[in-house]
Amino acid sequence: MSTSLRCCMPRLLRRLACLALLTGATTARAQDGVRLGLLYGDGGNRPGIHVLPVAGVTGDSVRAIIMRDLDFGDRVTVMPRNTALPAPRTPGVLDYAAAARLGINGVVEVTLVPAGAALVLYDVGAKQVLQRRTVSLPGTPNSAAWRMALHGASDQFEEWMSGTRGIAATRVAYVAGGRIWVVDSDGANAAPLTAGSVRAISPSFHPDGQSIVYAALEPAGSAIYVSDLRGAVRRVVAPRGLNISPTFTPDGSGIAYAHGEDFGTELYLVNAGGGVARRISIGRGSDNTSPSFSPDGRRIAFTSGRAGRPDVYIADDDGTNADLLAALSSSSQAYRSSPDWSPDGRAVVFQSQVGGTFQSMVITLRDRAVKQLTTEGANEDPAWAPDSRHVVVASTRSGVRQLWVVDTETGRARQLTTAGGTRLAAWSSRLIR
Amino acid sequence: MNYRVVGTGLMLASVGMGACRSKQVPVAAVTTAPSTVVATDDGAARRAREQFVRDSIAKAQADALRVSSDGESANLRSLLEAAVRFEYDASDVTAEGRAALDAKLPILRTNTALRIRISGHTDSRGSDEYNLALGLRRASSARKYLSDRGIDVGRIDVVSFGEERPAASGEDEGSWAQNRRAEFEILSGAESLRVPPR
Repeated sequence: MSTSLRCCMPRLLRRLACLALLTGATTARAQDGVRLGLLYGDGGNRPGIHVLPVAGVTGDSVRAIIMRDLDFGDRVTVMPRNTALPAPRTPGVLDYAAAARLGINGVVEVTLVPAGAALVLYDVGAKQVLQRRTVSLPGTPNSAAWRMALHGASDQFEEWMSGTRGIAATRVAYVAGGRIWVVDSDGANAAPLTAGSVRAISPSFHPDGQSIVYAALEPAGSAIYVSDLRGAVRRVVAPRGLNISPTFTPDGSGIAYAHGEDFGTELYLVNAGGGVARRISIGRGSDNTSPSFSPDGRRIAFTSGRAGRPDVYIADDDGTNADLLAALSSSSQAYRSSPDWSPDGRAVVFQSQVGGTFQSMVITLRDRAVKQLTTEGANEDPAWAPDSRHVVVASTRSGVRQLWVVDTETGRARQLTTAGGTRLAAWSSRLIR
Repeated sequence: MNYRVVGTGLMLASVGMGACRSKQVPVAAVTTAPSTVVATDDGAARRAREQFVRDSIAKAQADALRVSSDGESANLRSLLEAAVRFEYDASDVTAEGRAALDAKLPILRTNTALRIRISGHTDSRGSDEYNLALGLRRASSARKYLSDRGIDVGRIDVVSFGEERPAASGEDEGSWAQNRRAEFEILSGAESLRVPPR
């Protein structure tokens, strides 16, 4: 088992985990090689990563962005800014002994060059450069495009360190004040996408992250629109009856949404370009909303009132074989809703009433084990990040409803938005690869 | 007392049939007429019955044609626009809701040009998206109550705003109760409202 675990782990992670153990308080347990992979990732023994100061006028911004991104990734421990590690006197030659003494396992070096940014990751344990790459930095310093490119650099570092690409180069769409807004994953560049005259709700990204589908509540009914990120809008479903909670199919070719008329709201699927919709739920007069596809597009999770109260179901993409997602205890009368299928297909997050308030929960599909992710305040409408590890929720924990990002593995939460009344968030795919 | 029952039935029937093309005549009330007008002389009974019908129709028509004064008009509008409340996570019309809807019925029957829009609303608890479906269900439930009693469904639009347009902003049972509602908006035909017959 030890061998297979080690084989599966990227080389640096293995070494970093080992060093984290050797330099930490759990030295005694480090002798038990079987436990290395298990202990890594429990929050206490993450590799220590130091981000070297960056030379140049914008160097401080570059360093701050990358340090924050790596911290938000929840896979490494970012060393304090003032960690006294000498910068390499000659490129590629680091004082590895000093780094090891400081408890550092990996060192991130970014050099601003005419072509953009040169990225170097040092492996302290192996005393060598592990990876290097130059990425371009478009736009003027501190512009949205420039910052996004740096987020891409952070994600590259995280991939080198852990084997899993980060989620810094992503955006989150949400609703505030009746408008759809889009914000970068670090909370920067929050800007409205829709006009103030339209009451918009339920944004969801196209799989390519370049456009957003949403519903607009109009006086005579609700309609479905697609907007690109510059605000160019086209209507997909006309305002006839209720048309809400749209979501793209995983291949981006279709849009599933809930359409309601007298006594019954059912799920429908329409081509992303518009046209005739076909029904994809069998609700028999009940209310069915909030569809979310499995990554292969063949299954669908949704909210349904078919049993008398709202609950989360999964069904085939033609509405057949509908099953309650999570069994209820016999005494429970919980209201459960708003599912979001994880991008890796393994889990579904949803909200459930717990003692009068709604909390975000995750259910693992393999064993149907349910875990409550939140407890403080109300935490509604969870939506997965592309890493299938973090979720964004609308939380009242600060006294005002804000978007927070929760790490489903450690429970660590950070506030994403600062304006009040934000809700109904959706996460984009990775925008830089 | 018997005559009052008969009279109301006839007036509803005449206004309903003539003005609203109602398919749902209050049959029970009409059919009580012969048995309630008890007389020993068949001819006298028939004449009395026919006279009563003529008088009732004439009165109903006169009342129906009478245009409301400003004060009456404001009262009719407020009855038409009065909201109907609902229980938590429910769309059935309550007894209180029935009373409010019953008060709208004669106004809608008398003023056949009236078109209204019913908007369904919910309190802030639960899924924002599911609440839009619940709001639609409430609006549809109120529309069905009216259409079941003879109001042409084509005169009533329904729309849902879920929890998007709260009437009260608090997070307490009092506010929630105010927000679980169907609202009634006059779209057209209210320029010179006629007073329904009493």
